[in-house]
Amino acid sequence: MIKSVKIKDRIEKSVLTYISVTAVFLVFFVMNMTGALSSKISGMLVPICVYVVMALSLNLTVGIMGELSLGHAGFMAVGAFTGTSVTMMLSDSVSNSAVRLIIGMVVGALFGALIGFLIGIPVLRLKGDYLAIVTLAFGEIIKSFFSNIYLGTENGSLRFSVLQNNLDLSEENGKIIIEGAMGIRSIPKTATFLIGYILVMICLAVIFNMIKSRTGRAIMACRDNRIAAESVGIPVFRYKITAFTISAAMAGAAGALFGNNYSSLVASKFNIDTSILILVFVVLGGQGNMLGSIIAAAALTVLPEALRSFADYRMLTYAIILILVMLATNNPQFRSFFEKLTGKLKKNGKEGGHES
Amino acid sequence: MSPKEYIKREPLMPQPATNFIPERDIHKSPVIECRNLGIDFGGLSAVSNFNIAMGPTEISGLIGPNGAGKTTIFNLLTKVYQPTHGTILLNGVDTHNMTPAQVSQAGIGRTFQNIRLFKDMSVIDNVLVGLHYQIDYGLGTSIFRLPRFFSEEKKAREKALELLSIFDMADMADTKSGSLPYGAQRRLEIVRALATDPCLLLLDEPAAGMNPMETEELMENIVRIRDMFQIAILLIEHDMKLVMGICEVIGVLNFGQLIAKGTPDEIQSNPAVIEAYLGKQKEE
Repeated sequence: MIKSVKIKDRIEKSVLTYISVTAVFLVFFVMNMTGALSSKISGMLVPICVYVVMALSLNLTVGIMGELSLGHAGFMAVGAFTGTSVTMMLSDSVSNSAVRLIIGMVVGALFGALIGFLIGIPVLRLKGDYLAIVTLAFGEIIKSFFSNIYLGTENGSLRFSVLQNNLDLSEENGKIIIEGAMGIRSIPKTATFLIGYILVMICLAVIFNMIKSRTGRAIMACRDNRIAAESVGIPVFRYKITAFTISAAMAGAAGALFGNNYSSLVASKFNIDTSILILVFVVLGGQGNMLGSIIAAAALTVLPEALRSFADYRMLTYAIILILVMLATNNPQFRSFFEKLTGKLKKNGKEGGHES
Repeated sequence: MSPKEYIKREPLMPQPATNFIPERDIHKSPVIECRNLGIDFGGLSAVSNFNIAMGPTEISGLIGPNGAGKTTIFNLLTKVYQPTHGTILLNGVDTHNMTPAQVSQAGIGRTFQNIRLFKDMSVIDNVLVGLHYQIDYGLGTSIFRLPRFFSEEKKAREKALELLSIFDMADMADTKSGSLPYGAQRRLEIVRALATDPCLLLLDEPAAGMNPMETEELMENIVRIRDMFQIAILLIEHDMKLVMGICEVIGVLNFGQLIAKGTPDEIQSNPAVIEAYLGKQKEE
């Protein structure tokens, strides 16, 4: 009589996500330990974790909070530079590299949260397109800032200058950390797949536990209908900034992991292209769909590498695949066709199955 | 408030005895009082000199032709619009400078003419958003899933189901609210507003789009809600059967002005009302 659409229980969905992420991790972890993976693939394990966390983080902003952010790479840059600087500074005092990395990630997350909060104050007063454009601008500001600062240590004290290298570090005791547009160089690679996996799981737990709580409901209420949310007493701005700060903290932690995975780190990496790439993960995986984001992020990180055999046509093929996948996930005819196709192969291929 | 602003606001004058508070509420202080309430949009005066006082368990109606300013008054009371003239006293407290969220916390619940549910959320989640301030745990408690989270959530869910059962909607709790039939969406909006524990409930055309049977049921439910929660209800409605049937006091609005106020019988025989509103209806 009454056509009712049952909402899938989110607890069940979250458990499914935890299990599938853990299963995939275990397979690759064991393969990596036994050396079954090629060096190309094993080198991509940490970046995949980083981009998965970035996709989750942006999905919190776009899917749960309902505001478009085009400057997410900026928060990643904040985490990358602060987190990596901290791990570099601690390289003498803390011998355990994993502890050093975790401290770096915590610092990256804290700075990410701080910058997210400060940027959120003006930005979240805007709506829709305006908000997106302003986040884009702030992302560029952060990028420019990190390509123009110089940071060094000397005898345990910090030296800092902007635009020009006025650090005057001594030959023996001085150590330059951030060197303007050259960024951070000779970083010891401390990032591991295990820590990347742990970060993904923490972010998943935070997001799922928050969605299914008083705070999460308030945030989603603001997304669905701002005026109605206010009419039941929800302070919209406060909850939006809470979500935005948490999202920025996750991006910061991911950035710190990213920075510690390569020997050098430059600010120009965190440009609009990266922001858009992360947005593509979210849109492709489905807004508000965490498992979808994870699959999309992992698939699209691997894809450019997998397409290397196409040589010159690599990016063209990448773009065509993206367009086709977008069409397939949005066009009802394509969708039913794919459902039929996947239905023949396996029984339930309804969600998240199209991406890979 | 700057001194300049203070001068701009109109002085609070003693009001003529145009308040018709039901006898049982006459010795209680009014739940809401509007004095000279008005708003100008640019040069246009949408509402002006609006004066009412409502007893704490009163059911009142606000009627008037389309565009008379009825919904504007609701938006003024809930501070979606900031009034340019006059004062609103909610339980004796001036709501000047309050935000919509603060007014809701102070005790005004409302529904909307064009339904505004949280469409992508389940029915029970809509009610739980309304119960927001009665759930007592922080963000950290929910992220770490401490025991307090489970006990508070359980309590809130029970309360939400109890509220939903007023309208026999408890069995739809896990349905997506956007997929409910129209009448059920209207009822859910009322439940959500009730969840905020208001002392004044504003219903904006609660019977719009309902069939006569549903309207009948709604009338019973509105009176039942008043009796159960002991709250005041102010409603806007075009369905005269509903308005005349349950409202103790009716105010008639035309071109932003209150042209008549009184009991249903008085309103039906008021020549000004017949001319402005009911007269047109009779000619059809």
